[in-house]
Amino acid sequence: MKLTLGPMLYYWPRSQLLAFYEAALEWPVDIVYLGETVCARRHELRTADWLALAERFRDAGKTPVLSSQALLESASDSNLLGRLAASGYLVEANDLGAVKVARDAGVGFVAGPHLNIYNGPMLDWMAAAGAVCWLPPLELGHDAIAAVLAEKTCRIQTEVFAHGRLPLAFSARCFTARHYGLNKDECEFKCMEHPDGLLMETQEGKPFLRLNGIQTQSAACHTLWHHLDEVRELGVDSLRISPQSQYTPEIVAAFAARLAGNEAQADWATWNREGLVDGYWRGTAGIADPQGAEA
Amino acid sequence: MPVPPKLVCPAGSLPALKSAVDHGADAVYIGFRNATNARNFAGLNFSDAQIEEGRAYTRQRGRELLVAINTYARAGETALWRRAVDRAAELGADAVILADLGLMDYAHRTHPQLRLHLSVQGSATNAAAITMAHECFGVRRAVLPRVLTLPQVAHVIKVLAQDNVPVEIEVFGFGSLCVMAEGRCLLSSYATGEAPNLHGVCSPASFVRWENQDGTTRARLNGILIDSFAPDEPAGYPTLCKGRFVVDGATYYALEEPTSLNTLAILPELMKVGVAAIKVEGRQRSPAYVSAVTGTLRAALDAVAKPGYSVKSAWTHALERVSEGHQQTLGAYSRPWR
Repeated sequence: MKLTLGPMLYYWPRSQLLAFYEAALEWPVDIVYLGETVCARRHELRTADWLALAERFRDAGKTPVLSSQALLESASDSNLLGRLAASGYLVEANDLGAVKVARDAGVGFVAGPHLNIYNGPMLDWMAAAGAVCWLPPLELGHDAIAAVLAEKTCRIQTEVFAHGRLPLAFSARCFTARHYGLNKDECEFKCMEHPDGLLMETQEGKPFLRLNGIQTQSAACHTLWHHLDEVRELGVDSLRISPQSQYTPEIVAAFAARLAGNEAQADWATWNREGLVDGYWRGTAGIADPQGAEA
Repeated sequence: MPVPPKLVCPAGSLPALKSAVDHGADAVYIGFRNATNARNFAGLNFSDAQIEEGRAYTRQRGRELLVAINTYARAGETALWRRAVDRAAELGADAVILADLGLMDYAHRTHPQLRLHLSVQGSATNAAAITMAHECFGVRRAVLPRVLTLPQVAHVIKVLAQDNVPVEIEVFGFGSLCVMAEGRCLLSSYATGEAPNLHGVCSPASFVRWENQDGTTRARLNGILIDSFAPDEPAGYPTLCKGRFVVDGATYYALEEPTSLNTLAILPELMKVGVAAIKVEGRQRSPAYVSAVTGTLRAALDAVAKPGYSVKSAWTHALERVSEGHQQTLGAYSRPWR
């Protein structure tokens, strides 16, 4: 199985973003997803910067993929997408409009996890539209993915979201701006103060979700670390690691070691202090943890 | 002259369907009694015989019957969803409301005469997505997610018209407010394992637990504390995006207040930009709700085409009584938080 670095879900200062990707050039990942997928207001890296990064990753022998925003609302969102598709790189489509742009441009695309591909006929349709790889919706686990793969008739690569906080929901409203009593259009880019999002706890002090601008994530980190044999047997082609502000290189290295058949020591208590969950993979509530405990 | 939008009302039962028709709905939307629709609640929805009776009732009165088959087909069980499309076609539905592209492909190929509406669960927020659905499946109407502002709704309609894409736009006019883009929210399955896309439910009642201690009422969803109510506070249903949580030491409605969408104030604008239909949310609500909301919106839509439209206080009060938390908002259309 290959290892992929998922798109950046957070808003970091330009220097931090560039340092992150500079380091990633050396990491044992085969595919790197680039581009802004959450909010059009985030602009520390511009389209030209992302395209320059794509070139560097290609030169480093990795496959760059340009990800599209999950929620395309405005005309400029759609125009940006056209530019990405015209660049000649693979794109990741997370919206039916993005699928159209890729199809019309005649470029292959990765059907992202927000396209809601829940069954074989829909996956076949995506493949016919030009998808070369797909990610199941995040809520699908082993049995459900197996059922899609059994039902499909197309040939297509499968990538699963293997490690990271789950991007669960998208809104027009910015919850980070709301927290600060700010309007979305005058948000003062508060997301930058929260490199891993803003934790949302229950009134009993239990971590539940994570506010990340217009995106709502799981507070905990979803992982397939304990299920890699099952993932391989399913015929999955690649595993996605979602960036976090600390310990991403350690996490990538640990997964890479496992995929190479080596022993790997993982220090999850340090790397993901927010805790691990894997309920979705096991066909239950996503918040359920690897010990089988529910919420 | 702009034409007032059609009024599309919900019915979770035959009495609700008749209420909607009797109070002036132009179209009523319903679902089968199974996982194929996004209000798959116990005791709700229609058997085949009831659909036939509902069909006769709407047809005799010149109204439309729309069938929502708007969850995503589960792999290995797609036959159930296809059968629902076949049944809707056989029963003479005026349109089916679909979200699953694989199912749309099937419907388009198998029942080319059947009118297709793109469900709000299909998450089409832009003209490109709607154009794609029209090109590939002949979709004739798209229901926009409740995340677009009024100018964005207008822009989508304008682009479709410029590109000669004959797809009507339907928007939500009243009802429970989703603050997340429909079809793009997994919060409920994260907490419970069940969510709208696959199960047709959100924050399902079977996972709700109420606790009372010293007068404080706690509402839990699968054990997760969604909200806690003081003795003098009315306790609301624990829809998980509408609870009070703690962020950085502050306890508040971190995602959204319990509130209903109400567009009476902007009906003239919705008509002017060319919205073809106004949808009322609430197949899970009672016939009394359907009567009150349908009657009120009928009166408003009849008034909107005439000069001097203004929101009558009787309408506001009627809708207030059936609103979530007795609060109402223009939601994303006005974007006070923008």
